[in-house]
Amino acid sequence: MTDNLLILPVIIQLVIAVISLFFWSRTNYQRLSSIVGNVIFLAVSFILFFYVKENGIMVSQGGNWPAPFGITFVLDLFSASMLVITGLSGLAVSIFTAGSMSRRRALFVFFPIYHFLLLGISGSFIAGDLFNLYVWFELIIIASFGLITLGGGRRQLEGALKYVTLNLVASTLFLTSIAFVYGLTGSLNLADLAVKIPEVENQDLVSIAALLFFVGLGIKTAVFPMYFWLPASYHTPMSAISAIFGGLLTKVGVYALIRVFSLFFLPDSYIGTVISAIAALTLIMGAMGAFIQKDVRKVFSWLIVCHIGFMIAGLGIFSTVALAGAVLYLFHDIIIKTNIFMVSGLLYRINGAHTFKFIGGLYEHYPKLSFLIAIPLFSLIGIPPLSGFWPKILLIEGGIQGFDYFIVAAILLGSFVTLVTIGKLWVTAVWSEQKQVKYVKHFIHFKQLSKAQRIAYVFPIAFLSVVSLFFGFGAFWMLDIANRIAEELINPELYIQSILQFQ
Amino acid sequence: MTTLILKTAATYLMPLLLLFSVFILLRGHYLPGGGFIGGLIASIALVVYGYANRIDRIKQFLRFHPGILIPVGASLSTLAAVLPLFFNQPVMTGLWLSGSYPIIGSIGTALLFDIGVYFVVVGATLTIIFSIAEENVKI
Repeated sequence: MTDNLLILPVIIQLVIAVISLFFWSRTNYQRLSSIVGNVIFLAVSFILFFYVKENGIMVSQGGNWPAPFGITFVLDLFSASMLVITGLSGLAVSIFTAGSMSRRRALFVFFPIYHFLLLGISGSFIAGDLFNLYVWFELIIIASFGLITLGGGRRQLEGALKYVTLNLVASTLFLTSIAFVYGLTGSLNLADLAVKIPEVENQDLVSIAALLFFVGLGIKTAVFPMYFWLPASYHTPMSAISAIFGGLLTKVGVYALIRVFSLFFLPDSYIGTVISAIAALTLIMGAMGAFIQKDVRKVFSWLIVCHIGFMIAGLGIFSTVALAGAVLYLFHDIIIKTNIFMVSGLLYRINGAHTFKFIGGLYEHYPKLSFLIAIPLFSLIGIPPLSGFWPKILLIEGGIQGFDYFIVAAILLGSFVTLVTIGKLWVTAVWSEQKQVKYVKHFIHFKQLSKAQRIAYVFPIAFLSVVSLFFGFGAFWMLDIANRIAEELINPELYIQSILQFQ
Repeated sequence: MTTLILKTAATYLMPLLLLFSVFILLRGHYLPGGGFIGGLIASIALVVYGYANRIDRIKQFLRFHPGILIPVGASLSTLAAVLPLFFNQPVMTGLWLSGSYPIIGSIGTALLFDIGVYFVVVGATLTIIFSIAEENVKI
């Protein structure tokens, strides 16, 4: 296998998008191509992952221009595992949408836009160039504008407006910081920057560029105090779209932050403190927000904000243990957040509402489903030995080793409030009595769906639950991977060498 | 908006503009021009013709919905990007046939990519214009 093949995941998504554009009004073919395509994507990602695990970093120079000038595509263990995780949750959402989306909505070219979104996401994982990263981010936000307004209800447009405005501001800041970096070093290649940034005389300007970068990506990642757009918009689109947004969009920002801040904007005493403080505040504010909400999807949206704090905390502490925790949490979080938004879609199909007032009686009528959704919900809390537990242990261990007791306190508080919130949700949705089903216009109850549709609702949730269970019970294997990734992030010499050797 | 002058002019302008768009498309590799601007000029040609007569006339002229040009163009561009992989080169490497041809010049993946962009732009522009024009009819 030559290194040039690392581009395949991106190409596969592009091809699926184009194929589903051909079937403009034949939504059934679109559904089929989406599922089959994502299965192929997942298989290819797995092959690439094991190849990278055995043979080390893959590098391909786009257009065959040598490294600091052309566009570099890199696949190291971190990006390869992110591709696999993207494939897992992308496939689950494909199946979920195939079952849950009405033909009327699918006619608004949902599937092509969805695959363009996945194209942007997988592209940003293999980007080895700061500007290229920006371009993939643009692709992601343009596709997400399309998805969040899909259907065009009044509430949706309101949410979309906030989302669009803040993301445009974020992109501008991101671009400004790229311009800063280019002005300082004359290069945009990530590996080349890692060599050149420490040589810049005026390190204060580097700090400013780093903070601009942090603010720009921080808005997209929804960290304190720039998270307000997220709970204001994520509960508006249909559940399948919320699932992919909640699972992947903010996490791409986290990925970019970890990549860039471990490679050249090293978190020194100043930036490290800023990041740690922001992480702690994100945890606290997100937890508080989730605690008072009375709507399933709003609770989950706030929990996204809260849990972003865990990963940023790992970056702020910046030791091998803490970074391994952050990376492991990132994997766990993508799977679990995709899953819980699909669970919210299932709860809606059963109760006809998202608010606590109208949901209930799941255990009474669907005991098996209650057991199923227990897995994602309890993994989210991090009850040992489920998947959320291990990364938190690593993060706390890293915090204690680095004497960052404030962060450790925030992590514990965040976990505790998650526990209380999910406990409240569990009691309301599962154990309490069935309320009157609220029939809104065109509402189809879970029981009225065909068998295939019901399978399309339940199978992806079960699929991702199995993945979470693997993360929990296969923790030894996962820890091994996360430790290797953290080692590579802390000591990026190999990464730099493999890219610049073409010079 | 059917005036005799515009109608007569449009009949002559459309083939000229279409030809000009192809010219712009072909010169695009080293000189200003290329698929995007060529596609815009082609859609202007069709839109002028449509507004001078009636918007349905473009549909009759094209005989297919312009939306289909988007995936056709996108697949051509994708093919141009992927083709080097089969020759063991990184994606998007420019592959060129040896020798030069009259009018077209040298043929390579860059030209294929530009043709793809050309189709996507024509398809997208005409789809947008059609949707707006059809909205107007209802009012």
